[in-house]
Amino acid sequence: MSFPANDRTNLELETPDKPYLDSNELIINMGPQHPATHGVLRVILKLDGEKVLGTECVIGYLHRGVEKIAENRTYTMFNPYVDRMDYVAAVSNGLGYCEAVEKLMNVEAPARAKYIRVILTELNRIASHQLWLGTHALDIGAMTPLFYTFRDREEILKIFEKYCGARLTTHAFRIGGCQYETYAGFEKDVKNFLTFVAPKIDEYETLLTTNRIWLERTRNVGVISAADAIALGVTGPVLRASGVQWDLRKAQPYAAYSEFDFEIPIGTNGDTYDRYLVRMVEMRQSLRIIEQAVNGIPEGPIMGKVPKVIKPPVGEIYHSIEAPKGELGYFIVSDGSTQPYRLRVRPPSFVNLQALDIMVRGMLVADVVAVIGTLDIVLGEVDR
Amino acid sequence: MPDFVMSYLGSTVTPGEAGNQFWALMYVLIIFAGVSTAVICMNWIERKALAHFQVRLGPMRVGPHGLLQPFADALKLMLKEDIIPAEADQFVFWVAPLIGLLAAFTVYTVIPFGPSQAVSDMNIGILFMLGVSSLGVLGIVVAGWASNSHYPLIGALRSSAQMVSYEVAMGLAVVSAILMTSLNASGTGTLSMIGIVQAQQQQGVWFIFKFFPLGFIGFLIFAIAMIAETNRAPFDMAEAESELTAGYHTEYSGLRWSLFMLAEYAAMIAVSSIAVTLWLGGWMRPFPNLLNAPAWDFIFSLFPGLTFLGLTAITFVGVARMPAQSFFKIQRIGLAVFAALLGFIALLLLVIAVAGRSADGRLLARFSEGIDYVYWFVLKVAVFMYLFIWYRATWPRYRFDQLMRVGWKVLLPISLGVLVVTAIVGVLVS
Repeated sequence: MSFPANDRTNLELETPDKPYLDSNELIINMGPQHPATHGVLRVILKLDGEKVLGTECVIGYLHRGVEKIAENRTYTMFNPYVDRMDYVAAVSNGLGYCEAVEKLMNVEAPARAKYIRVILTELNRIASHQLWLGTHALDIGAMTPLFYTFRDREEILKIFEKYCGARLTTHAFRIGGCQYETYAGFEKDVKNFLTFVAPKIDEYETLLTTNRIWLERTRNVGVISAADAIALGVTGPVLRASGVQWDLRKAQPYAAYSEFDFEIPIGTNGDTYDRYLVRMVEMRQSLRIIEQAVNGIPEGPIMGKVPKVIKPPVGEIYHSIEAPKGELGYFIVSDGSTQPYRLRVRPPSFVNLQALDIMVRGMLVADVVAVIGTLDIVLGEVDR
Repeated sequence: MPDFVMSYLGSTVTPGEAGNQFWALMYVLIIFAGVSTAVICMNWIERKALAHFQVRLGPMRVGPHGLLQPFADALKLMLKEDIIPAEADQFVFWVAPLIGLLAAFTVYTVIPFGPSQAVSDMNIGILFMLGVSSLGVLGIVVAGWASNSHYPLIGALRSSAQMVSYEVAMGLAVVSAILMTSLNASGTGTLSMIGIVQAQQQQGVWFIFKFFPLGFIGFLIFAIAMIAETNRAPFDMAEAESELTAGYHTEYSGLRWSLFMLAEYAAMIAVSSIAVTLWLGGWMRPFPNLLNAPAWDFIFSLFPGLTFLGLTAITFVGVARMPAQSFFKIQRIGLAVFAALLGFIALLLLVIAVAGRSADGRLLARFSEGIDYVYWFVLKVAVFMYLFIWYRATWPRYRFDQLMRVGWKVLLPISLGVLVVTAIVGVLVS
């Protein structure tokens, strides 16, 4: 592969009159095999010494054609595939997909199913944030939080495993509700988890929140203004850390979120530290939501009135949910058959990754790593 | 026994000073073997301690509690294919790890494990040490350059800039300690490593407590700078794994890579030794002047044996805690043998301590004394080595420019201030 000759790269467009091999600039390839690119992201860095003059992301190393697969599967058959996009938050993916199809068919999941969905999705949000925290801290050089977060994430995965038999790619929900009733002791397990994890989150914070080195490494690093964030379509904690109070759970409530009392944390500076704080508060808010949901979980059926063969009417639908990483949207076009005519996913990681370039320009190489970590991308979702 | 072997025994100066080349060579060999063993131990301890910081077990499979893991790793590294990248500068690539290793080990010639337990007592000992230990950066820079690859190059550049800037603060902190050696009747200080420890003995105080808090601040500056000097977390910029994959040794593998690791750990022990010599009283046991009755001498001379006795006890507890399944039988036997070995060493040390006291034979008494000196020195260095692990488990990594800022804008002014104030206080006192 000879990327230098490729004149489409935006790195060269900025200084067209310069010879390619300028002695002052260094072009290095970060990834696709690199310890800190969270999978198979390749970032081409143009450096002046350690200073980043520009970046270019090369993606697609994990492309599996999920959207095309959808056109060749029935709605039910496609359901497990969405788990393989953001594989650390598979429950959220499933929720978004199921709700989108339900909306297209104009059916609604029963209240109990909605509560189960909220509990599992919020547990998954915590798991996703824990994984983010561990890897982000590891990127910045703090090894230890990784092991603490993975130890505690295990408890969530155990609940998933007991509920649906899978730990990661859960396929927890079905179109119209949930396939499985909660197992005996589910509520107790969840409540135990709540009391277990709250002090653990404090424990992570003791290692990082007031740590001088952590502050220096994250404050004023990868700053993105609210206007820029909105212009780029950035969503989720990255957008909220820039001071925009936009969370789909509040803005356009889905599942049972309108029934719960919780707050949307926002940051002020839009830097890496704010994004860290926002996510830490989000974990605690998720605990609040889970507590309310598990205490108020209604009795009743878990499956709505859904036909055996799912055949939505002709039409199209866009439905989005607040995944741990941001707005996860599904756009489905139905031609009235059992298979989607077209299915498009709006993955939060893919859109958020666009912000990398403006966030790291003028920063140092070490900040690129910190910013990739703080964007919380999952390459399975970026490439689909 | 030839005369050149026997004549040195019982001497109270280093073999270098006594002009005994045979014993100088023996000391070099002993130190080389000792440091290599220490690096192997450190390898195991670091992995175990780091693992326990991080709620893991660490190595558990190779030998009981992974005790044989370092040997297995060493064997693996030696058997690996020797790769020199096609684009690399072959000769420089080959020589780079040797430079690092040489610099790290040469330093040990002047490290005083005791008043006569050193290869040589140079009158410019500390200068020699600083000079040679900073040559280690050459190995890193050359390795990064010879690899002809981007990440190693950046790692090497970071490393050189980092070492140069921290050397300044480090040197000034060292000078402030050297100033303190001149606070005696004659008013002359010394650069000799042995002389520095003896000065602390004469003044009756470790320099870390001298002119409190001046000595302490100087020590802290050195303690920070020495982490940067050895490229350890949180200043491990040169090999920042998450940024530069492995930094300057990205292209290295197998034996060459292990030479870099050996050099790094040897350098860690070396700089810790400087800190111990300059500020923590080197080979001296606690309170050598206050508790100087022969009874106290005897009690303190029991410490090495007691330490090994403690290790024996811990190991036997480990044997008892092992699962009773037959699967663990060999491991249990192995650990029990290891414990017995430790116990034997403990017994030997205790016997030497007791016999050395009662023996009028000067040789045994001197040997027992030497063990004490080395024990206290190694114990103090071991504390630093543990701190190195602790830092690594706790802190995130500094960014390159922040590291530079800390070096030039924080440590340098403070060390300059400490130097000036120490000089003024020293003049006023004398």
